[in-house]
Amino acid sequence: MQIISKDGNTAVAEIDGVRREASLMLLGEEVNVGDFVIIHAGFAISKLDEDDARETLALMREAFTPEDMA
Amino acid sequence: MNYLDEFRNREVVTGLAGRIRQLTTGRSEPMTFMEVCGTHTMAICQYGIRSLLPPRLRLISGPGCPVCVTPNGYLDHAVACCRLPDVIIATFGDMMRVPGSSTSLMEERARGADIRVVYSPLDAVALAAKHPGKRVIFLGVGFETTAPAIAGSILAAAGEGLANFFVLGAHKTIPIPMAVLAADPELRIDGFICPAHVSAIIGAEAYRFLAEEYHIPCVVTGFEPVDIMQGVEMLARQVLAGESRVEIQYSRVVKWEGNKKAREVLARVFSPCDADWRGIGIIPGSGLEINAAYAAFDAAKAIPVEVEETREHEGCLCGEILKGKVSPADCPLFGTLCTPEAPVGACMVSSEGTCAAAHKYGR
Amino acid sequence: MDKDLILLGHGSGGKLSHQLLDDLIIPALSAIPVSGQNDAALVEHDGRRLAFTTDSYVVDPIFFPGGNIGDLAINGTINDLAMMGATPLCLSVGLIMEEGFSRKELASILASMRKAADLAGVRIVTGDTKVVPRGKVDRIYINTSGIGVFAHDLQINGCRAEEGDKVIISGTIGDHGIAILAAREGLDLETGIESDSAALNGLVLELLKEGDAIHVLRDPTRGGVATTLKEIAVQSRVTIQLQEAELPFKAAVKGVCAVLGLDPLHVANEGKLLAIVAAEAAERLLARMHNHPLGAEAAIIGTVTGVSGGRVQLETVVGGLRAVDMLAGEQLPRIC
Repeated sequence: MQIISKDGNTAVAEIDGVRREASLMLLGEEVNVGDFVIIHAGFAISKLDEDDARETLALMREAFTPEDMA
Repeated sequence: MNYLDEFRNREVVTGLAGRIRQLTTGRSEPMTFMEVCGTHTMAICQYGIRSLLPPRLRLISGPGCPVCVTPNGYLDHAVACCRLPDVIIATFGDMMRVPGSSTSLMEERARGADIRVVYSPLDAVALAAKHPGKRVIFLGVGFETTAPAIAGSILAAAGEGLANFFVLGAHKTIPIPMAVLAADPELRIDGFICPAHVSAIIGAEAYRFLAEEYHIPCVVTGFEPVDIMQGVEMLARQVLAGESRVEIQYSRVVKWEGNKKAREVLARVFSPCDADWRGIGIIPGSGLEINAAYAAFDAAKAIPVEVEETREHEGCLCGEILKGKVSPADCPLFGTLCTPEAPVGACMVSSEGTCAAAHKYGR
Repeated sequence: MDKDLILLGHGSGGKLSHQLLDDLIIPALSAIPVSGQNDAALVEHDGRRLAFTTDSYVVDPIFFPGGNIGDLAINGTINDLAMMGATPLCLSVGLIMEEGFSRKELASILASMRKAADLAGVRIVTGDTKVVPRGKVDRIYINTSGIGVFAHDLQINGCRAEEGDKVIISGTIGDHGIAILAAREGLDLETGIESDSAALNGLVLELLKEGDAIHVLRDPTRGGVATTLKEIAVQSRVTIQLQEAELPFKAAVKGVCAVLGLDPLHVANEGKLLAIVAAEAAERLLARMHNHPLGAEAAIIGTVTGVSGGRVQLETVVGGLRAVDMLAGEQLPRIC
């Protein structure tokens, strides 16, 4: 889910237009509006590494373009 | 880009299926990979992953459903609590229909008990703040993803000075039971699909001992279909190369060292203890109990209650299912005497239960 | 499990409801064979066919985005008649109210009911009103019953699905159930979700122009698309295969389901219909739906692939195959 607002140790995150409040008290790193986090039972438990995600997706796109699917 | 849809790409999944097929042709010996996370159990069934894998490659489910591995005694304790005056039981949804020795929370609610489904333990804290005349008991069932959240809620309740918030805990940790299963001579596990979000907390390093001492490949895998297929491919490669390492497929979320802050919060409130796992028995050090400093929030200590004698259900094979030794279809009660509407065992009714998944999505 | 207790799940429209009907209610009251369990009853009298149906509404909250318990009750019963291919003729309204219920709220509900009936061209001709002491019902419950007549000889029935038939849904799935849940739970949504409650008799009239190509019509209310198709598959003794990639959803509905762990195929709809039709007529029927305001987002979502004891399967977005089953117990109580 993506953080759309933050107030101290609480954030509001959104996915597909659904917003949920989440506590940030379990996160050791700083997160900001626009960051993606994993939320479990009302708490953010991890920040999503977007660079890593984009790299993984790029590698996959390279490996599996439709033209290769003979 | 929401980092979800992109990991549900059909071309990539098809491509990975092709690669896995190519890798495993020519190998006559089957490969068995075990996942130990209820969300993986469900995702694999929901997306029909098994239908995309070669028949020689078997995916089995282990004790990854925290509700399912909780023995009847805990449910009976919760039921005893819900019958006390001025008690509100707050619980995650899938505990509602789990059968205890003689009844379930859903039936108790039909008989008038105040039992409420919540999505977060913080909702239970809010209930306690809203109803000072009631004792709110949160049913704390889960692994290392949930335990820090419950620790957080106890700290929140302490911070608010609440005297009427309690947790009845049955928290468990996942790596030690994985070792028990790895050492089981009847099971031939060729690799572990390691949990996604538990690993975000405990880190991939938590599985190192499985790879080094038990020589079982471990891949920390995400929940989306692309993740699962990639995780399976990475395990297959290790098996074929005779390797046993810990790898992280879900690198966008899981780090080698995990979430130190979450573990610190966890350690403030919880300490390891022995735990009773349905079907496996007592595994030393595999549970989490509330520290003495927070005993006032521990329902087991703070709220004395008489619990009925625990009976296990005859013929129920949940124990064997949870060890991955028996598949749902092999259980004589599956679909006949044990159905989601009238379950005999927890595996059939929990939202992450192996039998519930098999019944709902077919094998 | 204590077999003497009636549980919330028994009213959810899924498996438990079916069990209660099959084991206790139907044998006690009459004997309707499975193939006869449609949205409305067909009654033959003096060589003429009538459709007759009844439904009770206990939805909570009584006012929700997109409607209220009143117009839901009117549209729901009109739809049950329309799903048989009948032209709704007239309705009855039974009100059971809690002492202390707001007269202003009652007036608002009644006005909605009149508006819904007028929009559908159906008259409310009789009714009953009861008030019970405070706490004995939750504000207001409504029962509506309806009679429909037939302007044709077509047999539209749950047992008529055939191998080769196409499955069409008239629009986005899960809107009503999620609108209710979002309202009840106070979910914070960027774009509000509204119930899709609507009378479908006008849309059905359009579809009936294709005549005998229409084999089955049913509105996927409680229990959702999955439960409804499973019921039809069992009645017709066929296997139905759906394509997950073709299922139409509003983004917010998908989002809520993902966040709350709900299966959108088990969520109630109140203004959508499923049509199982002869393959050669599928594209024409889809076009007719698209030309109607209530069918703008209609889609062909599956095929009847063969005969069996009654199965529904889904080809997932990534090409895997899995089974689709009826809702087991209670997913969302008091949804309609």
